[in-house]
Amino acid sequence: MKMTKAKRNRLIYNVVTFALVIIAFFVLQSMIDAKTITRSLKGQLVPICCWIVMAVSLNLVVGISGELSLGHAGFMSVGAYTGAVVSGLLLNVYQIEDASARLAIAIVAGGLMAGIVGALIGIPVLRLRGDYLAIVTLAFGEIIRNLVNVLYIGTGDGRLYMSFLTKKLPEGVVMLVDGAKGAVKIKPISTFIAGFILVLITLAVVLNLINSRAGRAIKACRDNRIAAESMGVNVTKYKMTAFVTAAVLAGMAGALYGLKSSTIVPTQFTFNQSINVLVFVVLGGLGNVLGSVISATFLTILPETLRAFADYRMLVYAVVLILVMIFTNNPTIRSFVNRLIAPFKKKESTPGGDAQ
Amino acid sequence: MTAFLRFLINGVSLGSVYAIIALGYTMVYGIAKMLNFAHGDVIMVGAYISYCGMQYWGVPPVASILTAMVVCTVLGITIEGLAYRPLRQAASLAVLITAIGMSYLLQNVALMIWGANPKTFPQTFINGASLNVGDMSISSATIITILANVLIMVALTLFTAKTKMGKAMRCVSEDRGAAELMGINVNRTISVTFAIGSALAAIAGVLLCSSYPILQPTTGSMPGIKAFTAAVFGGIGSIPGAMLGGVLLGVIEIFGKAYISTELGDAIVFAVLIVVLLVKPSGLLGKPMREKV
Repeated sequence: MKMTKAKRNRLIYNVVTFALVIIAFFVLQSMIDAKTITRSLKGQLVPICCWIVMAVSLNLVVGISGELSLGHAGFMSVGAYTGAVVSGLLLNVYQIEDASARLAIAIVAGGLMAGIVGALIGIPVLRLRGDYLAIVTLAFGEIIRNLVNVLYIGTGDGRLYMSFLTKKLPEGVVMLVDGAKGAVKIKPISTFIAGFILVLITLAVVLNLINSRAGRAIKACRDNRIAAESMGVNVTKYKMTAFVTAAVLAGMAGALYGLKSSTIVPTQFTFNQSINVLVFVVLGGLGNVLGSVISATFLTILPETLRAFADYRMLVYAVVLILVMIFTNNPTIRSFVNRLIAPFKKKESTPGGDAQ
Repeated sequence: MTAFLRFLINGVSLGSVYAIIALGYTMVYGIAKMLNFAHGDVIMVGAYISYCGMQYWGVPPVASILTAMVVCTVLGITIEGLAYRPLRQAASLAVLITAIGMSYLLQNVALMIWGANPKTFPQTFINGASLNVGDMSISSATIITILANVLIMVALTLFTAKTKMGKAMRCVSEDRGAAELMGINVNRTISVTFAIGSALAAIAGVLLCSSYPILQPTTGSMPGIKAFTAAVFGGIGSIPGAMLGGVLLGVIEIFGKAYISTELGDAIVFAVLIVVLLVKPSGLLGKPMREKV
């Protein structure tokens, strides 16, 4: 059977994406083994993996499904808190000492919890359109942050205690989540290998989804909702698929992120963090998975390496966001750029037929 | 009972600030069909300019508020011309991301100019003597805020109903293409809308900081988001809707904080937004939008 050109291009794209990630992993791992890696970069490895997963999953919502979600950090925070509680529970109550087993269970639990929250949010939200959806996801992100601010969870006597609004836990309980202080006394168990595996899983899930029947339906809803609906595509179902998948992945990234340090505070997962991830996605290219991976990696390393840049980071991000949007969406500028690069491009379309 | 009345009046006062901000959102949304995310940060700029006027330049309060209005008007027109006009034909996602970028730009420029330390907004004529009714005292800031809101609302309603520019605005919001064919300068109309919205934002900034005198680069973002919620609540595109939505939201927020939980005040406001959007997506006074293929 002959492969179509589009199919071949897609295969090449996927192979290149996976190959780059795997090569990067082995290079970094060998650097760790040879102890030639700088300390700051070593500390950045797990966060980089988390942000890659966040960016790729947000790209699924914004780039592929075409809905602007401004509450992605909310799912990350759900995952982080769940991960911290589950890991604490496994250690304190079930006495599971094996760190990698705890990490794996915590990540899965974080993903599940974020997926449930994502589904609960998605059912009402995905009926809305455009700007409304963006503002409601923002609202949900803020609600989640508000709720974890008054959440108290602890373990003691072999069971889990939980209270809401006020701290009503019995004496002698080991606090896991302490209201505005966040999740406390976490045993850091995240590893670079776990992060790498999570990135691979994310890429496999997202790339498979994009190239599947469901993915084509999601893109059809993005390009023209009414046309897709009249072709019999169940718009809500496919938008939901993309949204919940992204939520699960963000929750897993959150669990990994939460378990890398000893505390997490609610202010780590604000609206700013959602915008941060959005910048990764927009800079990498909406709908371009490899682009998200690359931009998430570099924009996480850059502020650490360039101290001077860290001060102006948000300023530069803001300008970049505006410029990228204007340059890619203004018809005049676009046709100008196209004319500039036209002589260097291979002629693909037949004269007279401008296929769109 | 006194406590209840006090919360109610505080709620109406806070809601009046939201309503003035919401006007900017609702007018821009109605006419340019875009969510101007940077509107909340124009409030912050307005507050900083009037702060500087009173604190550093030694200008009387009224003059510094007027300066802030002029600066914000120019800022609004500039933002629209530089960032939003090139995207007039683009998808709404692109415009929204640009607006978010603009919001961040304003916040970070303010951070560079004025620093991250919160500034205390000076007491002005707005914080004058308080009015005593029975055993309850109402601060003058509260009264001035509510009065300003009513005044602005009446003026804007008259403006859109009677003047030529107001009619042009209504035309553009109804059907931009047809308005253009009728010889209305759409770009100029949108610029004027941004100018009015931004001037109102400056007033809102001063009123907000008179009641809650802490000023920092992020001061505008939360009231901005809540005001947008208010605009959606009242029905986006409708001027009386913005007023109603703003006042109701302010009352809900203060009551929520007083009677349910202080920490969950914001969550309650946003929960209201979600419920409204689910039950009546066009808002309280909005017209339902029909989708054409």
